[in-house]
Amino acid sequence: MKSAHLRVLLAALALLAAFALAACGETQDDNDAASDGESTPAATEEGGAADPSAEIPEGLKTVSIPKQLGNPYEEFEHSGVDEALEELGGSNRISGPTDAGASSQISIINAAVQQDPDAIIIAGNDPDAVAPALKQAAQRGVKIVGMDSDVAADARSVFINQVTTQLVGENQVESIGKQIDYKGEIAILSATANATNQNAWIEVMKETLKDPKYKDMKLVKVAYGDDDDQKSFQETQGLLQAYPNLKGIISPTTVGVAAAARYLSSSPQKGKIKLTGLGFPNQMREFVKDGTVDEFQLWVPKDVGYLAGQAAAALVAGRITGAEGETFEAGRLGEYTIGADGEIVLGPLTTFDAENIDDFDF
Amino acid sequence: VQTETATPQTGAAPPQARRDWRSVLGRWEALLVGLLVVTAIWGQAISSEFLTADSFTTGSLDLAEIALMALPLAMVIVAAEIDLSVASVMALSSALMAWLWNHNQPIEFIIPVCVLAGALCGAFNGYLVTQLGLPSLAVTIGTLALFRGLAYVVIGDESVTDFPAVWTDRAFGNFAGTFVPNTVVLFVVLAAAFAVLLHATPFGRSVFAIGANEEAAYFSGLRVKRVKLVLFTLCGAVAALAGVVISLRNSTAAANVGVGFELTAVTAVLLGGVSIFGGRGTIAGVILALLLLGGIQKALLLSESISSYWIQIVTGVLLVGSVLGPNLARRVAEARRRRSRPLPEEGS
Repeated sequence: MKSAHLRVLLAALALLAAFALAACGETQDDNDAASDGESTPAATEEGGAADPSAEIPEGLKTVSIPKQLGNPYEEFEHSGVDEALEELGGSNRISGPTDAGASSQISIINAAVQQDPDAIIIAGNDPDAVAPALKQAAQRGVKIVGMDSDVAADARSVFINQVTTQLVGENQVESIGKQIDYKGEIAILSATANATNQNAWIEVMKETLKDPKYKDMKLVKVAYGDDDDQKSFQETQGLLQAYPNLKGIISPTTVGVAAAARYLSSSPQKGKIKLTGLGFPNQMREFVKDGTVDEFQLWVPKDVGYLAGQAAAALVAGRITGAEGETFEAGRLGEYTIGADGEIVLGPLTTFDAENIDDFDF
Repeated sequence: VQTETATPQTGAAPPQARRDWRSVLGRWEALLVGLLVVTAIWGQAISSEFLTADSFTTGSLDLAEIALMALPLAMVIVAAEIDLSVASVMALSSALMAWLWNHNQPIEFIIPVCVLAGALCGAFNGYLVTQLGLPSLAVTIGTLALFRGLAYVVIGDESVTDFPAVWTDRAFGNFAGTFVPNTVVLFVVLAAAFAVLLHATPFGRSVFAIGANEEAAYFSGLRVKRVKLVLFTLCGAVAALAGVVISLRNSTAAANVGVGFELTAVTAVLLGGVSIFGGRGTIAGVILALLLLGGIQKALLLSESISSYWIQIVTGVLLVGSVLGPNLARRVAEARRRRSRPLPEEGS
């Protein structure tokens, strides 16, 4: 019995070795090919900086990696990459993990690299876990574009940021200001009290309100709905009772703004108290149509992907290298400039109102 | 004499029932080798990148931690128990590592502490199973949640990423200029150790005896409880080591690593021919099963048209198939034996 097992074990180990050797035979060619392929672009890259008039090569191949498959927001975002690549005569393939764990994108990246794409566009689940795999990809000449949620800065050439903290704060204050003629009490309905992004936005809103343009507006309360529909609904109710002179509410969270809109739509103050925030058109459509909400804002996920696709093509062509100050044409979105740390900001928030809301489905 | 090739047993049945199941066992491994060849051909048809060093390097890294955990798990299952908490022990180890690193401990100190903590987790499982006589399935489903929860208590939603490059390179890099990752080398060393422990020591024989018939083993003087306690402790320790490896390899220690890894580890063990009812199995089979799983996973990842959802589907199918397969094979073998030897009663 012992010897039989030993023999099976030996056979298995021999097989393992055989696999290793078989693969080894290929390593040599592979490495040669990789280094050959690498030397040319590296040389051009070092030789000259960005060449804004460089042609975008035909038949570009990119792979875009979402955080997780099956998330409608991300599907919409990555469809923008498809759009950009199609427009440029190339093709994009979306390949993502089935869970959003820190390391689940690594095997996807490795497999994508083996297929030798021109660029990889990734929304990172974890900035550091994917960095070694992305750096290896870059060594083999694949251009890396981060979008939506960044990866380690030294693991990608550029990062497409959908919006900046500053822009969210300023755009939201302006949105409510113009609806209430820049006069009266306003409140903020946030998510949780310790949500980093929410607090950063609220900080900018408070700063923005110091601008003389907004001197007649007064922030009376920041309420927290904990990104819970029911709690946000009740907090809205509470705000209206506690502040009878309230003119407007900003809710920079998709859960909060939808709950607030639902409360207002059935209250006597419907249409009198103005509401803006960050919301999904599909969730807010009925409240825009029934007159509860005049306008709200968000970035367009598809444009994030579209800009990432355009940036990837510009990188591959050599129009940009990712250095601060370089500019490139991003198709229907116009010209963009690369900021510090390779960051490219999509732009101010898009405002959705009765006029345009039906153009968006997400 | 046992045959390892796929030659089917034709004609008269073997004289002893005992040799019969051993040849089935041999055939199972032969089947795995056959499936590996099929996978290699299929993978190469999907992408010319399949049979390359790259595929081996990245594919083996994807499965490295699961492979480590599968080794002691195979022994636990041979003993007719199960440990579903391995991935959670791994996460707890990762979280503990993050916490210790945040408290300025050196990696050389952190690794043994984590492994020790994992061993304690395993011993806790073993204590509940052996001393309180609870079924290991229920116990380890409970600790699956418990240890994962503890991991979140230790480190929360944070992740720690600033481990020294020397160590992350060790876990991520390849062995001495080859394309074989260091973690695979670690696996081969551990696999050899576990193979010897299971197949060439009195301890290993008692594991088989307990798995085949626990009462008989007990009455023939084997210290059943102690053996099981050791097995669960080993399982915890190796799972914790896997937690250290995955944290260093990804340069990220967090409480959410390896969710669902226990499923793949159990699949590898059962696909490797270890009987879910205990008493049968080889480390060699588990290694073959890991190669097969890795190959299928890589082929699916390299495919341009197949979504990675299929990895889960295939894993599930293989799990069910590897439980169903030997069962059917045994029934067929028994039916054939009855047909060819209708009169004599079965001995032993």
